[in-house]
Amino acid sequence: MTDDVQTLVDAVALGSIYALMAVGIGLVFGVLRLVNFAYGQLIMAGAYALALTNDQPVLLSIALCFAVVLALSLALELAAFRPLRRASPTTMLVATFAISYLLQSIALVKFGAIGKIVVVVPKLSEPVTIGGVHIRWITIMTIIVAVLVFAALMVLLTKTTIGLHMRAASIDPATARLLGVRANAVITAAVLVSGVIAAIVAVILPMAVPERLLVGPDFALRETIIVLVGVVVGGIDRLLSATLGGFTMGVAVGLLSGYLPSSGAWPFTSSVYLDSAVFMLVIIVLLIRPEGLFVRGRHAALERV
Amino acid sequence: MTDRRGSLELIGPVLALALAGIVGSTGFVDPALENEFKGALVSVAIVVALYVFVGNSGVVSFGHVSFVAVGAFAAGVMTVPVALKPTITPGLFAFLGEHSVGNLASLALAAVLGGLFALVVGIPLMRLSGLAAGIATFAVLGVTYNILNNWEKIGPGPLTLTTIPETTGLLQATIGAIAVVAVAFAYQRSRYGRKLRASREDPAAARAAGIDIHRERLWAFALSGALSGLAGGLLVHLAGTLQARDVYLDLTFLTLAMLVVGGVGSLWGAVVGALAVSALDSFLLRAESGEVGFVDDLLGKPLWGGSRLVGVALFMAVVLVFLPQGLTRGREFHLPRLGRRRAVAQESSA
Repeated sequence: MTDDVQTLVDAVALGSIYALMAVGIGLVFGVLRLVNFAYGQLIMAGAYALALTNDQPVLLSIALCFAVVLALSLALELAAFRPLRRASPTTMLVATFAISYLLQSIALVKFGAIGKIVVVVPKLSEPVTIGGVHIRWITIMTIIVAVLVFAALMVLLTKTTIGLHMRAASIDPATARLLGVRANAVITAAVLVSGVIAAIVAVILPMAVPERLLVGPDFALRETIIVLVGVVVGGIDRLLSATLGGFTMGVAVGLLSGYLPSSGAWPFTSSVYLDSAVFMLVIIVLLIRPEGLFVRGRHAALERV
Repeated sequence: MTDRRGSLELIGPVLALALAGIVGSTGFVDPALENEFKGALVSVAIVVALYVFVGNSGVVSFGHVSFVAVGAFAAGVMTVPVALKPTITPGLFAFLGEHSVGNLASLALAAVLGGLFALVVGIPLMRLSGLAAGIATFAVLGVTYNILNNWEKIGPGPLTLTTIPETTGLLQATIGAIAVVAVAFAYQRSRYGRKLRASREDPAAARAAGIDIHRERLWAFALSGALSGLAGGLLVHLAGTLQARDVYLDLTFLTLAMLVVGGVGSLWGAVVGALAVSALDSFLLRAESGEVGFVDDLLGKPLWGGSRLVGVALFMAVVLVFLPQGLTRGREFHLPRLGRRRAVAQESSA
């Protein structure tokens, strides 16, 4: 019983991280129609900023992480996304692959293939026992931070002018422009908000996921792939369904890795086949609900000519 | 695409590949470069195989390397000498462990398995389009990689498969690449290819004209899978060793980027993209190790280490951002001055 609770809490924490990444990717997709595969490399850059300032005060280190991620986000928007505005979605996606590959290559050449350890707040990795269940502080923090970010985002999107503009632009960019929404301002705002979320994930991820304690060139790549899959499975056209998609993937990965036995010779029978199990579920869900698991109605199935 | 000019379009790709084969084999270049030429030709085969589906249907597949992987593993596992199998891959199913086949048979096997796998996967998946199709094909790649990387009854599992005969010579690589190009060309000019291209331009109109989009996509997917499998066979016989990682994400990104860099809408684009990126890659690699004379003279030292990785990625990113239609803008090869310049083919944004 306590094991079940522990697995569930860990799965929800992983889901929270994936949901944060999903919202970061979904925000940019909403205003730009661009699936940003290089999102993981923003997180990687932030994690390198943390790793290289391990000996500095924590707050300075985190501030630097935010500065690096935001600067890189803005640079990507100006140098890459802006020229790509009118390209087809495929080209945009493959272009962000190339950018991701470029950033990974730069990291590989500059910092080497061997990972650097990231130390943020070691205390947060210690466990606390609540009713017989051992939970690390970072797990609780992750869930709280995610809830706070979503609350702040809700306020931003519903109570502020720029948030209203963002929602308008993501529903109908052409009409929004005709009504006086400045496209570039909205896009820059969305890219920056998405960058802030990437920086938050960069701080949390090394502490929350033990395999991400070291930052290397492919840091957060696996997470990005799973989140991208989750975003499409959930329904990329709406921020809420995209976020729920990311969350669901995290919970599914967490639960499957908790419950699959650790050994078994045939495919799908042990935890080394975790990815196969997750991707099979993805294929099945996509076949049943191609427009998105959390999209209400079936209007999305109509062809957009 | 008029018929008179039509068959001329094949000249460019075939000549380019034959040239690569001849230049690579003769005294024009350093014999050490031969492997780079072979690698470029095998890249062309993979990218053209990818093009057969992506270019003609307009649906992106992120899962094509699964078929390359199946071809590579089939050709690799089945050509390791029987005597060595108990030590290299002890866990194999008995009938895999006790038999081996020759080079050509292994290539045929790779093509057949790649095609069958694509057909089986394609039956449900080809109902999807857009991002859902892209993600679903990617999920197939994820499953394929995960199983090949762990299941020791069909391959080396997490280890490296070694002692694979290195039979992909320059002649075989050239013939293989040309064969893939010829099949791709024949397909895109056949009624099936034309139906599929019609559905790419306007799905609603194609359906109204009686085209069964699902079926046409499925044929292209299976053909593309067979060619990918063949290319995977060539790849494994070039490298001599194989790990599941070799036929996963990096190869997926690299080949997709090659296709889009060249121009996703044309066969010529697929060939140009693969050759251009391969050429840049080889050039920077040699410049780094100080083997390119004029770079040494210009800088006074070999190119800075790591410039190959960054240079190739930068080239692809810059082409994709500033020439989103690719180097060929999605046009087929045409001889200069034989006809009026045609307007740039309109790419569908679907």
